[in-house]
Amino acid sequence: MPQLGRSAALSDDPPLFDLDAPAFLLRTVWPTLVFVMPETHSTAYDSKVEGNVIFTRFDAALNWVRKNSLWPMPMGLACCAIELMATAASRFDIARFGAEVMRFSPRQCDVMIVAGTVTYKMALAVKRIYEQMPEPKWVIAMGACASTGGMYRSYAVLQGIDQLLPVDVYISGCPPRPEALLAGLMKLQEKISRERSFRKQKPELVEKLEEALS
Amino acid sequence: MTREEAFALLSKSFGEQIQSKTEFRDETTYTIVASDLREIAKFCCDELAFDYLLDITSIDNFGEDPRFEIVYELYSMPHAVHLRLKLQVSEDVGAVDTVSDIWSTANWHEREIYDMMGIRFNGHPGLRRILMWDGYPFFPLRKDFPLEGLPSEMPDVAFTKITPLEGGPFVTVPSTATSKDREPRARSPEL
Repeated sequence: MPQLGRSAALSDDPPLFDLDAPAFLLRTVWPTLVFVMPETHSTAYDSKVEGNVIFTRFDAALNWVRKNSLWPMPMGLACCAIELMATAASRFDIARFGAEVMRFSPRQCDVMIVAGTVTYKMALAVKRIYEQMPEPKWVIAMGACASTGGMYRSYAVLQGIDQLLPVDVYISGCPPRPEALLAGLMKLQEKISRERSFRKQKPELVEKLEEALS
Repeated sequence: MTREEAFALLSKSFGEQIQSKTEFRDETTYTIVASDLREIAKFCCDELAFDYLLDITSIDNFGEDPRFEIVYELYSMPHAVHLRLKLQVSEDVGAVDTVSDIWSTANWHEREIYDMMGIRFNGHPGLRRILMWDGYPFFPLRKDFPLEGLPSEMPDVAFTKITPLEGGPFVTVPSTATSKDREPRARSPEL
């Protein structure tokens, strides 16, 4: 593997020195993904390799793919949903962040945007829709009501959707401006890009690999 | 038919049965007895052309007898006249006759009053809860129901919890005193 040194330089891992220790090597290298790009031009330096092969960490590539194509579940329950619609429309254009594909089937969604007041009558329906979403999934609590119950300190309103679902990003405002929702979305993208997704998704495989290597 | 003619006809037809008639800022209110409701409502609809039921509301005068009050807001499309009918319901009776066959819009209004205040309507075609879920054990707009709610649990259907209230509850005092004495302010829950 002649490109090992390059891989280390591009990723956050410490540089590899002991190339003769196969166990150490494998452990450091296995989460590495190789992209082979189709040849686009012939003028690149040493075009057989340069420009066509990218080394990166598996998690980084996976997270990059995920965070730039988040499909939201628009859980519009109150006036925040109006701002959510404005965010999706041309002026603010959530498509700039790859999240324009609002799906009304939870089976096709990545991120649930809880936009509005969650009443107790609606709470279990929201939870069921969340459970129907496939992993990996994230939740944005948009606005004061979804985050804490907001001004509705009353018998009928759930005091924050985080009592039922694991919330990733809270957005303040009543309702938040579309810019705030976009900022929240970018925060979520940051969070996704830091995730150790492979370890999270395949814990048994990671365990088995580590066992085999140790 | 003018306003005056309509009210004169109503007063003439139900002279004894009408408890009182008040005029306030061009709004006319007739107080009636609950048992006369259907008769008077039919007359208003058929003879006086009050063909539009704007709203039905209910009031809880907690601590007084009779406890509940129901208010019917009527409007006559052809004559452009408003009319308000009021009646009182004691807690022991807790029921009035339905008017949903006279004005079909009353169907959901009566369901809402049943849901929030617990007053039943005799002869209603489907008296179920409309805002809260079937099986919810309380009537939330009654004055003895705390603002922060009460916990309830129906597994797989719905649940409620106590809501935290900082420095509250900011609720009106249940009585017929003036609004200055009833107005919402931070009070200890015992009041």
